[in-house]
Amino acid sequence: MTFVGWLQIAIVLALVLATAIPLSGYIAGIYAGKDNFLSPVLRPVERGFYWLAGVDETREQSSFLYAIALIAFSIAGFVSLYALQRFQNVLPLNPQGFDAVGADLAFNTSISFITNTNWQNYGGETTMSHLTQMLGLTVHNFLSAATGLAIAFAFVRAFARSSAATVGNFWVDVTRVSLYILLPIAIVLALVFVALGVPQTLAGSVDVTTLEGAKQTISMGPMASQEAIKQLGTNGGGFFNANSAHPFENPNAWTNILQIWALLLIPVASVIAFGRAVGDLRQGRAILITMAILLIVGVGVIYWAESAGTLGLTALGLDPSAGNLEGKEIRFGQAMSALFTSATTGTGTGAVITMHDSLTPLGGLVPLFNILAGCIWPGGVGAGLYGFLVVAIVAVFVAGLMVGRTPEYLGKKIESREMKLAMFAVLIYPMVVLGFSGASVLLKTALDSLNNAGPHGLSEIIYAYASTNANNGSAFAGLNGATPWFNTTLGLAMLFGRFAYAIPVLALAGGLAAKKKAPASAGTFPTTGPLFVGLLLGVIVILYLLQYFPALALGPVVEHFLMLSGKAF
Amino acid sequence: MSTNAKAQGLFDPKIIRAAALDALRKLDPRKLAKNPVIFVTEAVSLVVTGFFIRDLITHESSPLFSGQIAFWLWFTVLFANFAEAVAEGRGKAQADALRKTRSDTRAKRYVDSKNLSEVIQPVNAQDLRVGDVVLVEAGDIIPGDGEIIEGVASVNESAITGESAPVIREAGGDRSAVTGGTTVLSDHIKVRITAAQGSTFIDRMIALVEGAERQKTPNELALSILLSGLTLIFLIVCVTLWPIAAYSGTVLSVTVLIALLVCLIPTTIGGLLSAIGVAGMDRLIRFNVIATSGRAVEAAGDVDTLLLDKTGTITFGNRMADEFIPVAGVTERALAEAALIASLADETPEGRSIVALAKSRYEIAAPSLPPEATVVEFTAQTRISGLDMPGRVLRKGAVDAILAQSATTGTAAPMRNSGGAGVLVRQATIGDLAPADFRQAVDRISRSGGTPLAVSDSGRLLGVIHLKDIVKPDIRPRFAELRAMGIKTVMVTGDNPITAAAIASEAGVDDFLAQATPEDKLAYIRREQQGGRLIAMCGDGTNDAPALAQADVGVAMQTGTQAAREAGNMVDLDSDPTKLIEIVGIGKQLLMTRGSLTTFSIANDVAKYFAIIPALFVTTYPELGALNIMGLSSDKSAILSAVIFNALIIIALIPLALKGVAYRPVGAASLLRRNLLIYGLGGVIVPFIGIKIIDVLISALHLA
Repeated sequence: MTFVGWLQIAIVLALVLATAIPLSGYIAGIYAGKDNFLSPVLRPVERGFYWLAGVDETREQSSFLYAIALIAFSIAGFVSLYALQRFQNVLPLNPQGFDAVGADLAFNTSISFITNTNWQNYGGETTMSHLTQMLGLTVHNFLSAATGLAIAFAFVRAFARSSAATVGNFWVDVTRVSLYILLPIAIVLALVFVALGVPQTLAGSVDVTTLEGAKQTISMGPMASQEAIKQLGTNGGGFFNANSAHPFENPNAWTNILQIWALLLIPVASVIAFGRAVGDLRQGRAILITMAILLIVGVGVIYWAESAGTLGLTALGLDPSAGNLEGKEIRFGQAMSALFTSATTGTGTGAVITMHDSLTPLGGLVPLFNILAGCIWPGGVGAGLYGFLVVAIVAVFVAGLMVGRTPEYLGKKIESREMKLAMFAVLIYPMVVLGFSGASVLLKTALDSLNNAGPHGLSEIIYAYASTNANNGSAFAGLNGATPWFNTTLGLAMLFGRFAYAIPVLALAGGLAAKKKAPASAGTFPTTGPLFVGLLLGVIVILYLLQYFPALALGPVVEHFLMLSGKAF
Repeated sequence: MSTNAKAQGLFDPKIIRAAALDALRKLDPRKLAKNPVIFVTEAVSLVVTGFFIRDLITHESSPLFSGQIAFWLWFTVLFANFAEAVAEGRGKAQADALRKTRSDTRAKRYVDSKNLSEVIQPVNAQDLRVGDVVLVEAGDIIPGDGEIIEGVASVNESAITGESAPVIREAGGDRSAVTGGTTVLSDHIKVRITAAQGSTFIDRMIALVEGAERQKTPNELALSILLSGLTLIFLIVCVTLWPIAAYSGTVLSVTVLIALLVCLIPTTIGGLLSAIGVAGMDRLIRFNVIATSGRAVEAAGDVDTLLLDKTGTITFGNRMADEFIPVAGVTERALAEAALIASLADETPEGRSIVALAKSRYEIAAPSLPPEATVVEFTAQTRISGLDMPGRVLRKGAVDAILAQSATTGTAAPMRNSGGAGVLVRQATIGDLAPADFRQAVDRISRSGGTPLAVSDSGRLLGVIHLKDIVKPDIRPRFAELRAMGIKTVMVTGDNPITAAAIASEAGVDDFLAQATPEDKLAYIRREQQGGRLIAMCGDGTNDAPALAQADVGVAMQTGTQAAREAGNMVDLDSDPTKLIEIVGIGKQLLMTRGSLTTFSIANDVAKYFAIIPALFVTTYPELGALNIMGLSSDKSAILSAVIFNALIIIALIPLALKGVAYRPVGAASLLRRNLLIYGLGGVIVPFIGIKIIDVLISALHLA
């Protein structure tokens, strides 16, 4: 670890905060349905969409109808994306003449993109046509992020409103988020990426003769546009299999900083916007600080563990001062790799510049813990906010009684119904991750997919289910996911992770919105100060540690101790 | 009842014996199903017992180990049952005392309840129906809850209140309700029965203290859901650990997996949850307040606004002399002495307070009433009272009345012809006749909400007595406490706004409702509730009933009417409106105890993991021994120690669950800081120490 390394990390994070604050005001305006400086241009377009779809933008929906709209929209997205992949061989814009995508892979990929996961069991440059990439994957990069933020909007309204029957209009929220937030920033960012050297072309590939005289085919395509929304929408599905480690996707230090900035921007801004929406900036601040602590501690652990290197590498005669550089881009260095890794798993992005499989056991523990906790510091676009608020509800319930009142959060009483739904959402994670992992290690077909044995192999399997379930999409690699078993179960994990979480959240929103908002007093459980931050940290660490302690002990923890005694996997 | 209840210690051996038996009885899975955490524990205890028997027969693995695990798992269940039984046992003892009053009472029923002539038919109290009218004479036990329709009697209500001083009950007004089981001491009354047998006040009290009608309260339900959710999560963790361990090269036995499961699921709070609820009710009953449901006790903890009647709660209820203000040329002492003599025969509270003040402040010895003196009684017409003694005519009374009298008989002020009548003249009289300092004093007293009482001696105006509503001396700091807790206090009074404002500011309440009618109260409650606040109030009159019903916590006075007692969700047997403040405290303490023990229970799991996980895998991965930070002696001892700690902590926490965690009237932030430190951080640390100690003992005894 170096001072300069930490300075770099601090500068990038400061940049995120400096831009997220003004953006939060803008997002809060979109949330409230207010006009902004883009309205003269975009408002007619927005109205056009409503007119085309027959949506009455003034009519709000109950949480039930909101959820129905969400499901209908997602089913439509799934079907169209599935069809696009299955028929890409007969559709235009397929310069490399790729075949139709196989059924189980198309199933997995479609779910992956509508759930904002972007788990990729394929290499983009060798599987997907340009049409599939642009009309399918890129479009869903926008829509899945917009959907996430829409759900968060509905949830925030539940806290902001008192005795309300409705939580907003799904169609309006998705349209406004896409039009006013995601598209404008993505367009600007894409142009900046182009300026910084990211390719943007419709050409298929070029054949070149390398310096050594060998022939090489280099894939090309509309990358800058996909990079922009990939990071901005916390999607993470790369154009290339190597993702952001590829020099086309992420050519230099500047694009790398921009990539980290872009993946943190909207999640951070939406937490601040949450404070604005409930009329108390301190509420958002307390949550943001908690998220920041979890994220930065993660960065620190990775940075420390990776810089320290391993005895094994030193024994091979490598310079121990460089630390563990296996699987890292030397262009970006230890500090930025640590920040990217923590941020991409702390959000639901899953883009990588570092192969997580190659991290030291403790370094790898951080991304694993981040995704096991559901990627909520600061989380995917929208998903992080509502995911974190559910955890906050549980924390407030457990500790809230200790002030001698029935628990309430933001003036809303947390009662049986809320606990039922919150626990339902919380239960999904261990059920899916531990359930499927437990089943996988019993199956020979599943174990055949493993690259590594022992605790490292276990980490690979758990990581895969945690990543898909948390809609992150990064891979620990080392695991061949493109088998019918993994395509199917990982697909299910993504579905559960998104919808079995979002639907209880919307039900929760409906119930909370209908409640009266109790005014705060000196007797109210304080949810703004350092005490609440400490409480949240304690509950989060204990809650997730208790769920995954045995699995982590048999995975990265034991691997670490084994590594110390000279065994590697 | 209350007296012997208070004498009952936390661990009365009689109750402990009964509770130990009850704990066994509660093993019935149909009863345990209500408590999912303990139910799961019982189910897996059964499984481990099966393995123990197998081990005994086949010696497949050590029966000493599985036997001990089974033993302690059963004890975990028993300890949880015991906690509940102890809490209930304390209620049962009270219920038995109550039940005695109900047995075979005879009633004198009028054959025709419309025509209360002398045709009386003796019947068994059990056969009375609602609407029947009975005659109750001196010495009789009142056969059922009802309303006096004729007569007045003194009634001994000690059966329910524990207070042996008789109370007066009379037809009409706010004191017409009588309770079955109480005894008429004098006179006779005719009572219309208003509650069917089995649903009388005493019946309900018995059911409540016994916990027979106990249903889970809303917050208990929500907490149970959390606990069930955690139980499910840990079931998933333990079930999936088997394949994951198998992959890692360790085949785990069902016994150790179950041991891990029981250690992880929140057995501590699961076992103590209902005991905490019963104990909360019990604390209220000891405090002589009966809540009709646990829900009401919880609501008390949540209260945001307290509606307090001024009289009796904030002030002593009677106006009392506070100050003597003489006119120029008269000493305070002379005024005090005159006032004292004028009040010698005055037995009203005001009169006595004048005597008391004069005695205490000026150390004037009260002369006995001279035999030749004539007492002038206060009447509504004259508004003056006093004493005629030879050579001295002492008077005290309303200012205008005294002045008017001085004007006609007096010698002090310049005379003026005051022809005509009415307000104008009276004002002119005061204004013109009285000295300026006197007028100022009267004005000041009126403005501050007090009552001025003028004193004259043989027609000469001496000065004025300041009578005021004396605010209870200890009430102001209590309101400050309530404010620190975030509770708003509202004073309700029939006084005019000026008087009300003066008393409100002196008592330090946050708001007041002056010239309040029952409708105003109801409207105020509705308005506050509209803003999301929870309201508590107390009342006794029939016209309080709607407000009592509307309030989230409505405390009816035992002396109140039947309607009020039906409308409220608590009844205060001592009829002390000040108790509202303590009731809030009891509600808060109940919730805090629940929250603290939940936090403690969950925090405990960290240490148990550190004990068990290295023990489970140490054969495959000796390197995991690094996690054995407690340095436990062997893997079996580690698992056993965690299980034993898990069982014993329930017993250790029973006194805390019953007594409740320490409660202080401070703001939420400092409560949270304190409790998080004790029960959160303590919950993480304590089991590390406890498990280590048990491990040392186990290895010393060679049990594992």
